Parts: sequence; structure tokens; C-alpha cells
Amino acid sequence: MKKSVFLGTLAAAGLMAGFASAGTLDDVQARDALKCGVSTGLAGFAAPDANGRWEGFDVAVCRAVAAAVLGDPEKVEFVPLTSKVRFTALASGEVDMLSRVTTWTFSRDVDLKFTFTGVNYYDGQGFMVRKDLGVASATELDGATVCITTGTTTELNLADYFRSNGMEYEPVPIETNAEAQQQYLSGACDVFTTDSSALAATRATFENPGEHMVLPEIISKEPLGPLVRQGDDQWADIVRWTLNAMITAEELGVTSANLDEMAAGSDNPEINRLLGTEGTLGEMLGLDNDWAKRIIASVGNYGEAFEANIGESTPIGLSRGLNALWKQGGLQYSPPFR
Amino acid sequence: MAMADQNASGSFRLSMLIYDSRYRSMTIQVIVLIMVVLGVVWLVDNLLSNLSALDKDPNFGFLWETSGYDINQRLIEYSSQSTHFRAAEVGLLNTLLVAVVGCFFATLLGVSIGVMRLSKNWIVSRLMTVYIETFRNVPVLLWIVFAMAIFIEVFPQPKAFRGDNATAHMIGDAVAFTNRGIYIPRLEFHEGSSFVVYTLIASIIGIFLFGKWAKAHQEATGQILPTFWIKLGILIIPALVVFFVMGKPIQMFYPELKGFNFKGGLHLRNSLIALTLALVIYTSAFIAEAVRAGIMAISKGQTEAALALGLRPKRVMSLVVLPQALRVIVPPLISQYLNLTKNSSLAIAVGYMDITGTLGGITLNQTGRELECILLLMIIYLTISLSISMVMNIYNNSVKLKER
Ligand SMILES: N[C@@H](CCC(=O)N[C@@H](CS)C(=O)NCC(=O)O)C(=O)O
Repeated sequence: MKKSVFLGTLAAAGLMAGFASAGTLDDVQARDALKCGVSTGLAGFAAPDANGRWEGFDVAVCRAVAAAVLGDPEKVEFVPLTSKVRFTALASGEVDMLSRVTTWTFSRDVDLKFTFTGVNYYDGQGFMVRKDLGVASATELDGATVCITTGTTTELNLADYFRSNGMEYEPVPIETNAEAQQQYLSGACDVFTTDSSALAATRATFENPGEHMVLPEIISKEPLGPLVRQGDDQWADIVRWTLNAMITAEELGVTSANLDEMAAGSDNPEINRLLGTEGTLGEMLGLDNDWAKRIIASVGNYGEAFEANIGESTPIGLSRGLNALWKQGGLQYSPPFR
Repeated sequence: MAMADQNASGSFRLSMLIYDSRYRSMTIQVIVLIMVVLGVVWLVDNLLSNLSALDKDPNFGFLWETSGYDINQRLIEYSSQSTHFRAAEVGLLNTLLVAVVGCFFATLLGVSIGVMRLSKNWIVSRLMTVYIETFRNVPVLLWIVFAMAIFIEVFPQPKAFRGDNATAHMIGDAVAFTNRGIYIPRLEFHEGSSFVVYTLIASIIGIFLFGKWAKAHQEATGQILPTFWIKLGILIIPALVVFFVMGKPIQMFYPELKGFNFKGGLHLRNSLIALTLALVIYTSAFIAEAVRAGIMAISKGQTEAALALGLRPKRVMSLVVLPQALRVIVPPLISQYLNLTKNSSLAIAVGYMDITGTLGGITLNQTGRELECILLLMIIYLTISLSISMVMNIYNNSVKLKER
């Protein structure tokens, strides 16, 4: 009995090793579900709504990939991950991709062996305080107690920032955004620091958002984007070009509303290539030629996804800023579809 | 038949390894051993080849790189410019701090509750039963989180202490209870303070010797001295005298509200207190049960005999029952100490930076060295646990029944 359990374990371990080396695309298609790592709960980016359906800007990227690969934006298994465990989960194959407000950094790309497949939100780290604290600038925070999520770039930036400004602080490490919120609101820390988009999202969920303010200083660059394991170039290409398809669609004026009209064929060859009425770009990815059409049909183009989840008409109210298209003075720019 | 047997033992045939009951068990054991070794080798090889396929060969070099992160509670010098190794040391000391303080208070509380549970007073014994059943039947993680939540929500913020119409006040201008922790006065040792410390050490030795003498005196004359008060006197008076003679070399610094927080005193962080408190009440419930079991294992005759000799109930407990009960109590006590130490790794739930939070948390996450960090953690916890068990086993040997 003992021996058979042991042999079973060996066999299972062997099988798992076998699976891990197969292509991620094949795995996802065989499973008929995409396992996508998201935040445990960050309004506007990834959070379950009242019916338990995951919604958000990061979630849209997962749904877009599922639409492209599996033909159905609902075939996503969302795996909520804290900042601390997200990389282990991705590296070990527990998820196929991460779309979880994750900053593209050198060491994550090179040393942790991941491949970032673009930037869906250009961000920077900020500080949030209560207005009645009477602080107008981050340089006045000497001696403050600061809540930070552990396992993030923000934790390192914070150490650097206070050090280089000759200030002291008391870090309070916290695992999830929800706990950080609780500690901050009860005044166990004076300051909450993280990506400023996440600050805006968190503030929007407060009972009295007007009592809190985000300080003017942005102390870092936080290009947030989806990422996959290094070494599976086909899969990385699929995720990369899914995001690019959303951006290009916005550039070309393709929206979920006019999609059918555009897909009937247009005078613009790039639109035709994107939507698969011309050329075989989808097949080159290992998908079919309607892949991008399905993406836009399910989550809209980049601008639509932005406005629906975190834009100015939502409670989070982020303006496009750096995330406007390059033509409008922003940084969002997709390589051409040809 | 006899002939055949002799023949068989004379010449050894390979099939006898299976059919001869003298060798069979050995054969099976050897085969299983070989399979286990092969299995382990195969698993390790699999692990290594998978890691190298991911381009992640095991390497401990990261321990000597700059950590880049800050830790709030540091018992030794540390900054974000220190190495990951140093961060692990800071974390280890934090783990040991909780383990030692936790085991100490859990024992005190556990023994008292265990004894009171057996009290003849109905209310007391019922209350203790309720205590034990509540605390040991809810997972310790919940107690930890609960303690922290209470801390954060109940105590005032530091800014409540500010201004003329402050809503919160320090106790005797020395202690402040805030939702970030408790601030208490801090001692600072100046030149000459070493004499005070030496005096204190000498006093402790003195107390020990006095205790021995008092015992001998009692055995010789039957007279019981008020040892407690005399011991207290030996402890305090000489040290006080030296303290004043040396010109008060030990100074007390009181916490004071400066800027965002209290400064100048000692900060017992809410995470430390919540974690320790939860571990103490949880573990003490188990210790209390062990103590009760130990006491009940001592036959009633012992108590009756002691009472018949005219000992008062308190002395029956401390002189007759407890010393005998210890040999039953100590082995489960060891496992409770081990449990407390291992449970302290739940620290991250309240953001207490123990070894799991530094080496197994931030370092692991920032360097991506999962395998190495977890391996180190396992070795460290194993070492701590084995050390506790070794020390406690020595103690156990000293209290167990001496058979003469
Ligand atoms: N961009 C940073 C920080 C990302 C991050 O984890 N932010 C936290 C703090 S707001 C978060 O989104 N948490 C959501 C959650 O609790 O799951 C990084 O990649 O390290």
C-alpha cells in the first residue's frame, strides 16, 4: 500500500514535469480555460462584482486573451494572488499568465525569468494621506508610519526615497490591499503608498473620499503590464499581440459598436489585417484569423476598456494622461499590424 | 528431514533470499531501501533538471546582495543597504523573541489555569474550562488576526494625544497605549552602569545561595523563613545603593509625542503584542490541559498522606503533587513549545517581520529564489525545534522518576 502510494506520487510528479514543458497554448486549449492571475481585489483593475463576476481593467486583458485563444471571454479561471505569491504562482505553472498591476522591472524580466508582454497602464508610486494630517508634500513625511504591500516594487522605492531624502519612517508591511485599507482608515498608519492608480482606486471605495488626498510627488516609474513565463515565445506573442490589438483598434477607430461594419471590409488595409479579412496574421500566431475581432467584441478596444473600468466616468476617475494614445500625446503605442 | 535442513544451511542458494524466512525480511527491506533511494534521486534529479530548464540553478549568492527593503522591528543594526543575509538574521531574532517570550508567558498562564481548573471552587473551575475550550478550539490564526483588529480599532491614534483637548492621555506620563503599539520608557546605560548590573548579578547569586541555606535551615530546625521578602530585599537594596553611589548611571527616557509618532521611548509594536498575546492564550489552553492531566495522574493517596502530615493545601500542591506531576507534564509541554515556535510563522498575518516574513517573504519575492529560501527556512525551523527539544529533554531527565 505504502509502496503504491509512493509509485503513484512518482508517476504524478513525472506527469507534471511532462506537462510543464509542453506549450502553454496547447495546455490552455486542452483545458479549455485560461488560468489568469489577478489582484485579490482592487476596484477598477480586478475585483469581483456583486454577482461574483470578475471585472476590471486587468481582468479585461485576461478576457481578451481567452477570447482570442478559446473563442470565449468567459472561459477564464481567475486566480486571485497577493503581491507576495504572484511570481511563485506564475513560475510554478499555477497560472498561465499574470495580469495584476505588475511593474515591468529589469530583475523580474531578466533574473526572475519572466517575459513582460507590454504595458497596459503607465503608472508611478504616490502617497495618500488624510487631509487633516496637514501634510502638503511627501518631503514632510519624516517619522511617519507608512502602510505598504509587501513583495512589491513600492516597498523598495519607499526605502530608496526616504533614504535619499534623509528621512525616517516606520514601515507597516501588509499582504493585501484590503488589509492596508483597514489599517490606513483606522489610523494605524499615517500614509498609504502604492501605485497612484491603485491609490485612486482605493480612495474611490472609501466612505468619504473627500477626507483623503494623494500627495503631488510621484516617486517612481511603474509600467504595469501582463507577463508570462520566459521561454514560451508563442504564448508570449499571443498575450503581447492581444494587448496590441486592443491599442491598435483604438488607433484605427475600431470599437465594439462599429466592429461588424468594420469587419465587413474597409478601405484601410491595416483594419482588414487586424480583423482578419485580409492576410493571415491570426494563423501566424497559431490562432484563427478572427482572433482580434473576438477580442474587440468581448472587451472593446483599449480606450473602451479604460473608460469602462477606470476612466473619468467611473468612480475611480483616472484621466488618460500618460495612457493616451501616442497621437494624443500619451505613451500608448502599438507596433504595426503587418 | 534433519539431513535436508543441514544440507540447506550448508549451501546458500539465491532463491533462499525469497523463500527462506530467515532472509526474506532482510531482502524485502533492502529492495524497499533501494527503491526509496532511487525514488529520491529521481525526484531530486527531476527538480534540478526542471529548474535548469527554467534557467534557475540553485544558488545562494543572493544572500549577499543588498536587500533594498526596510524592517520596522530590528534587534540588531539593519538598513535597506544591508544584505539579504542580515535581513534573515533580523527576522530570526524576531522569531526567537516571540518564541521565548511566548513560551514563558504561556507556561505561567497555562500552569495557573491548569491548577485552577482543578479547583474545588465551582465557579473558578467552570470559568477555566470555558477559557480552555474557547481558546484551544479556534484556530490560532484567527486569534492573531482578532487580537490585531481589536488593537487597531480600540486604542487611540497617536494624534489623539496631541493638543490641549486631547482625547487620550499617557499613563503617568510614561506609558502610551496607541493603535500602533505601546510606548514605554526606555533605559539608557551610561558609564558606571556596569557596576549596577554586576551588583544585580551578585544579588541573584546571593538569592540562590540564601534559598539553599534557608532550605537547610528549615530541614535542621523546622523553622520556615519568610524567604520571599528576604529575597526581594537582596535583589533590590544593594542594586539601589550602588545605583545612587554611582550617580544614577542608568537613565530612563520617556516616550514623547513628536511629529507623527511617539519618540524617545521603547515601542512595543502592535504586531508584536497581537502575535505574542494570541500565541500565549492559545498555547496556554493546551498547557493547562497538560498540567491538569499531570496532576490528575498523581494518586489521591499522595495528597491525603500529605494533608495527614499537616501540610497546608498550597504546600501539598507545590511540595508533593507538582514535583511528581512534572514528569507527566514535561513531555507534552515540549510539544507545546515546539507548536508555539512554529505557529509564530503566522506572523505575516499581522505584518510582524519574523524569519518567514523576511527570508521567506520579501527576500523570496524580490529575488525569486523560492527553492533556496524555503530550504533555508526549513533548516532554520528544524534547528530551532531540535534545540528546544534537546534542552527540554535534558530538563525532563532531571525531573523524571529516579528509580533507585
Ligand atoms: N506595481 C507594484 C505593486 C503592485 C501591487 O501589488 N499593488 C498592490 C497594492 S494596491 C495591489 O494592487 N494589491 C491588490 C491586492 O491586494 O491583491 C509591483 O508590481 O510590485
